[in-house]
Amino acid sequence: MTFWLVLTANSITFGGLLFLLSAGFSLIFGLMRIPNLTHGSLFMLGAYIGATFVIGMFGVKLNFWLAAVLATLTVAFLGALAERLLLRRLPGDQLAQVLVTLGLSFMAADFCLIVWGGDPLSVATPPELTGFARLGILVFPNYRLAIIVIAAVVAAALWLLLERTRLGAMIRAGVDDPDMARVVGIRVSQLFTIVFALGAGLAAFAGIVGAPILSVYPGLDQDMLPLALVVVILGGTGSLLGSFVGSIIVGFIYNFGQALLPELAYFVLFLPMLLVLLLRPQGLFGRHVP
Amino acid sequence: MSRKVTRRKFVAGTAAGAVAASFKFPAPAIAQAAPFKLGLLTVKTGPLAQGGIQMEQGIVTLLKEKNYTFAGRKVEFISADTGGNPAGTKTKAQELIERDKVDTIVGPLAAFELLAITDYIAQQKTPCLSLAAAEDMTQRRPNPYFLRASATSAQAMHPMADFSAKELKLKRMITVSEDFAFGYEQMGGFQQTFEDNGGKILKKLWPPIVTPDYTPYLAQIEGVDGVCQGFAGSNPLRFMKQYAAAGLKYPVVTGETGGDDALLRSFGDEAVGLYSCCPYTLDLDTDTNKRFVAAMNKDYSVDPGFYCAGLYVNGMVVEAGLQKTGGKSDDKAELMKAMKSVSLTDTPRGPIKFDHLGNVVGDFYIRHLEKANGKLVNKTVKTYHNVSQFWTYDEKKFLEQPVYSRDFPPVKS
Repeated sequence: MTFWLVLTANSITFGGLLFLLSAGFSLIFGLMRIPNLTHGSLFMLGAYIGATFVIGMFGVKLNFWLAAVLATLTVAFLGALAERLLLRRLPGDQLAQVLVTLGLSFMAADFCLIVWGGDPLSVATPPELTGFARLGILVFPNYRLAIIVIAAVVAAALWLLLERTRLGAMIRAGVDDPDMARVVGIRVSQLFTIVFALGAGLAAFAGIVGAPILSVYPGLDQDMLPLALVVVILGGTGSLLGSFVGSIIVGFIYNFGQALLPELAYFVLFLPMLLVLLLRPQGLFGRHVP
Repeated sequence: MSRKVTRRKFVAGTAAGAVAASFKFPAPAIAQAAPFKLGLLTVKTGPLAQGGIQMEQGIVTLLKEKNYTFAGRKVEFISADTGGNPAGTKTKAQELIERDKVDTIVGPLAAFELLAITDYIAQQKTPCLSLAAAEDMTQRRPNPYFLRASATSAQAMHPMADFSAKELKLKRMITVSEDFAFGYEQMGGFQQTFEDNGGKILKKLWPPIVTPDYTPYLAQIEGVDGVCQGFAGSNPLRFMKQYAAAGLKYPVVTGETGGDDALLRSFGDEAVGLYSCCPYTLDLDTDTNKRFVAAMNKDYSVDPGFYCAGLYVNGMVVEAGLQKTGGKSDDKAELMKAMKSVSLTDTPRGPIKFDHLGNVVGDFYIRHLEKANGKLVNKTVKTYHNVSQFWTYDEKKFLEQPVYSRDFPPVKS
């Protein structure tokens, strides 16, 4: 019984982390049609920058949450730069975008290797969230519960941003019909930069929030990117609800698949993606057929 | 600097021999004046870079100490980055052997890299001293040009299992390791010796190599006395962290990659109590080891682990082999024979020699991870001397059974 409860609770936690990672990916793809293969690198970069401050590697030691904010802002800024300087020059050319973002991800990986070395970094759980919570017969680490709360808060904030603000309305308009949005006076190109920075920041935030569980190591980017892809393809691009539901589904598939069918762990993880691509290419909640 | 000249000399000296594809024309005077070319296959980019960079540090430390001179011959060192994949390894091995004309290769790191070039190095008759642990390379399908001074996958796990059963008095255990050959071979060796000593393996768990979250596996660990993990790379770090986060308290034992000294700077308190068995231990109290550790501390400000020490020892074997041939390296079969017959009494990992299949017979150390003066250390608690790849088993019988795999030995219900 505990076995099932632990797996269920952990599925939701992992789903929460995946949501933080993939929401940005989904927004970027939905608005800009850029399959951003640097997303795993942004996750890793956020984790490394955050870890640097949490551990105090270069003499500056910060509180975990402060470090998380700093990492988020830094990577968001880098994301905006990459959009302005590189991706902007390749509008509509998906092959070039894939190649550029893939190339960037390799460069980012070696950059991290040069700066932080090959040794994995271990990030301590924030002191206020160590220990366990007892929920009936289930004993579950506090930090993992906190991730669920953080993901829920971020989801709510993103929903408010997209559905209840002027900026959100513009983004939605841009996703639905960029040409028409331009005609009515929305500066879609400016939106691109904002959304790319937002997506990059979210990925970085996911990286540092995930760091106490996953630790930070070379190759983290390659480990996370496929998961983000599965979530977004499953849920549908450009849809916040899609990312959310997709993340939770993948969280469950990942946990139960590995526990019950370890030989088929990857098969079970990627099968839903194949089915969705074949039967419903726009994803469960997506509005576009790319 | 002097590379152009030496290559010209070398090519001139060996051109005739190369055409004849034999070594009938050794030209000893020229060959001895030419430097000995030592090639390193390692991984300096990508996820495996951590171990790969340590390998290079280990061999460079030895070369510096010897002033780049082995048995009176200048050593020219050529390092190649395989990128951590089989195709890259093949390409780089060809570059080293055919373009740079290396006399001996040290490395590569991983079994899948080695398997990509094993036939090629035998064809080319180039001695290769690798850390790759694949059992059959020195067991059922031995390669005459391959030498391993580190350990087979299971070589450290046999003593670890012996210690777990006899000293830790564990009876029922679960194993958990990556879902690939190195994991199977480690856990298979552990299971065989553990069960021969009255223990029982209840379950063997195989998470994929890429498993960000081990909780689905940890949730299956209950009702045992201990856990044996066989993780490699950065995975031990994440496993131990999540193990502690899951509230599990059973003692954990592991092999050389799961509790390596080089991991100690990344581990947190959650790893305290971990038992590991390793062919190298940082705290080995000999002058050679102290000199090695001091040099590593000075040049790289890090404590060496298994990968550094492995390459340092490989270098020592090459040097001792060259001494036996009187500095000659033209006849690779002779050089190989000389290296295989090397017996060193004092290396950073203690005394070593090779069995007839080219695998090391040496000391293995059981260490207990402790916290001393705020720092994590592996304290050696027991040394198993002269451990061979066959442990205490009869070689013939051992080789008759299949290689350790996912299903061998099977879990008895």
